[in-house]
Amino acid sequence: MKSLFNPINHSPQNDIDRVERIAEPNSAYTLGPLESGSPCCDPEPILSIKNLSLHYAEKMALDNVSLDIYQGCITALIGPSGCGKTSFLSALNRLTDMIASCRVSGEISFNNINVFDSALNVQHLRRDIGMIFQKPVPFPLSIRRNIELPLREHGMHRQTELDERVKQVLNDVGLWQEVKHRLNSPAQALSGGQQQRLCIARALALKPKILLMDEPCSALDPISSGVVEDLIQSLRGLYTVVIVTHNLAQARRIANYAGFFWVKDRAGSLIEFGKCQQIFEAPQHELTAAYINGSRG
Amino acid sequence: MLKNKLATLLIYLVAVLITVTFICILADIIIHGFSQISWGYLTESPSDAGRAGGIAPIIVSTALIVFLAIIIAAPLGLATAILLTEFAQQKTIFAGFVERCLDVLASVPSIVFGLFGNAFFSLYLGLGFSILSGGLTLACMVLPILIRTAVEGLRATPDDYRFSAAALGITRTTALVHLLLPTAMPAIVAGLILGIGRAMAETAALIFTSGYVDRMPDSVFDSGRSLSIHIYDLSMNVAGGDSKAHAAALVLIVMLLIINAISMGLAKHWQKNRIISNEIII
Repeated sequence: MKSLFNPINHSPQNDIDRVERIAEPNSAYTLGPLESGSPCCDPEPILSIKNLSLHYAEKMALDNVSLDIYQGCITALIGPSGCGKTSFLSALNRLTDMIASCRVSGEISFNNINVFDSALNVQHLRRDIGMIFQKPVPFPLSIRRNIELPLREHGMHRQTELDERVKQVLNDVGLWQEVKHRLNSPAQALSGGQQQRLCIARALALKPKILLMDEPCSALDPISSGVVEDLIQSLRGLYTVVIVTHNLAQARRIANYAGFFWVKDRAGSLIEFGKCQQIFEAPQHELTAAYINGSRG
Repeated sequence: MLKNKLATLLIYLVAVLITVTFICILADIIIHGFSQISWGYLTESPSDAGRAGGIAPIIVSTALIVFLAIIIAAPLGLATAILLTEFAQQKTIFAGFVERCLDVLASVPSIVFGLFGNAFFSLYLGLGFSILSGGLTLACMVLPILIRTAVEGLRATPDDYRFSAAALGITRTTALVHLLLPTAMPAIVAGLILGIGRAMAETAALIFTSGYVDRMPDSVFDSGRSLSIHIYDLSMNVAGGDSKAHAAALVLIVMLLIINAISMGLAKHWQKNRIISNEIII
C-alpha cells in the first residue's frame, strides 16, 4: 500500500519550509500529522471551491467560502456545531440537490469539471466523490449486498468481479477477517464500529477519488473510533479525504490541512485555512486561537 | 396517589370492556353458527332463500369481488403513495391537495360509494349489476386506506437510506425498489389487510353494484352476492335465516383471519429473503 503514496518529489520546497518555520517553536509537543505520515502531500488542488454560498430557504448557512482541497491529503474541517461544515461537505457532491429548500451559489471545480453544471451526471460525480455520514447507515441487506448494490448500479454485474471487489474493500477496511464467514448475514447485526467500516468499504468499492466524511467517529465508542481513525490514516495518499470533526485532537492527529469554520453574521464562514500544524500551533486568526485553546466554542 | 390508581383502573376497565365486547361477538357467532357449518355448507348452493343449502357461490363471488378490488387498487395506491412521498419531495400544493382529497374520500360513507358505483360503473359504463362493477366500486373505496398506510410506511423509512444511497450514486428508482419499498413492506401489507377486511365486510356499496343474485357466477360480468350481503339478507329479509346468517358470519371471520395470516407470513418471508439473499435481483 505504501508504494501507492504520492511521491514527495514535486512538492514545492518553499511550502514545506514555511510550515517548518511556523512549527519550530514547540515542535517537541506536536502530535501533528506532518511527522506521522505526511509525505503524501503535494499541494495540488483536486477540488477548488470559489465563493460558495448556501441558503436554506431565506436562511444563509454558508457565506462566501473559498478554499482548495489538495489531492491525496486529509483535510479536516473544524468548528462549532451549526457553522455550516456539513452543509459545505454536502455541497461538494451535490447532495444538497436532495433538499428542496437549499440553494447553492458559487463555483466548485473538480478536476476542472464544474460540479454545478446542470448537464453533469450526478451519479457519476457521486461515484467519484463518496460520502460517509455521522451515523453508520448499513442498508437492510446482507453485508455482501451492501457493497454489491452500488457496484451493480454502476454497471458491474459479473459475480466473480463483484466477489473480488467485496473481498478487496473489506480487506482494505480491516473487516474481512471479522466477517468473511458471514457475508450473507444482515449488515445491521454488525457492531457500530464495524457498520461504519462497512460503510467506508461500500464507498471505497466504487473507487472514488475523494471521500467526504461527516464526523465519522462521533457516533462510535472510543475503541471503534480509534480503529476507524487508523483506517482514515491509511487512506492518506490513496484517496483525498475531507473530514468534518469535532474532535480537535483527532483533527490534529490525522489531518494535513485544516479549515476552521465559525458563525459570522449568522452564517457559517471559513475563518482560516492552512496546514494542520500551522492552524493548531500558530493560528493567524484570534477566533481560531480561541477555539483551539478551548476558550471559545 | 388515589388519582393515579383511579386512572389505572379506568384504563384497565376500558381494555377489559373492549376485549369482552369482541369475545361476546365472537362467542355469539360461534355458538349459533358453528353447528351449521359442514362440508356441504361450504360446497353447495343455497336454496329456499338461503334457509337451506350452502354458500359456495357466495364464497366464490366474494373472493372474485375482493380480488378485483385489490388487484385494481393496490398498484394505483402504491403508485400514488410513491408519488406523494418520493417524487413530490416537499409539500407542494398539488401533493397537499391530493392528500386532502384522500382524507375526504376515506371518510365518505360506503352507501355513497354504492350510489356512485351504480351511477358510473353499472349505468354509465354499462357494466350493469356485476362482480366487475362491485370490484371497481370497492377499489375506489379501499384506495384511500391503501394510499394512507403506504404513505405512512414510506415516510417512516429513514431518510438516512435516501441520502446514503444518493451519496453512492444510486438512483432514486433503485433506492426505492431495493431499500425503501422492502423497508416499508410491513406497513404496505398492513394496509392491504385493512383494505381486504374493509372490502370483505362491505354491504352498502355492493347492493347497488354487484347485486344479490345467489347463483354461481359464470364470469365477472355476472351479478354475484357477497358474504356480507348474504348475512344482511338472511338476518333482515328471511324469516328463520338467523342460524345460517351466523354460520356465514363465522365463515367470513375465518376467511379474514386466514387472509391476514397468509399476507403477514408472505410479507415476513419476502422481507427476510430480501435481506439475507444475495441472488441477482437487478
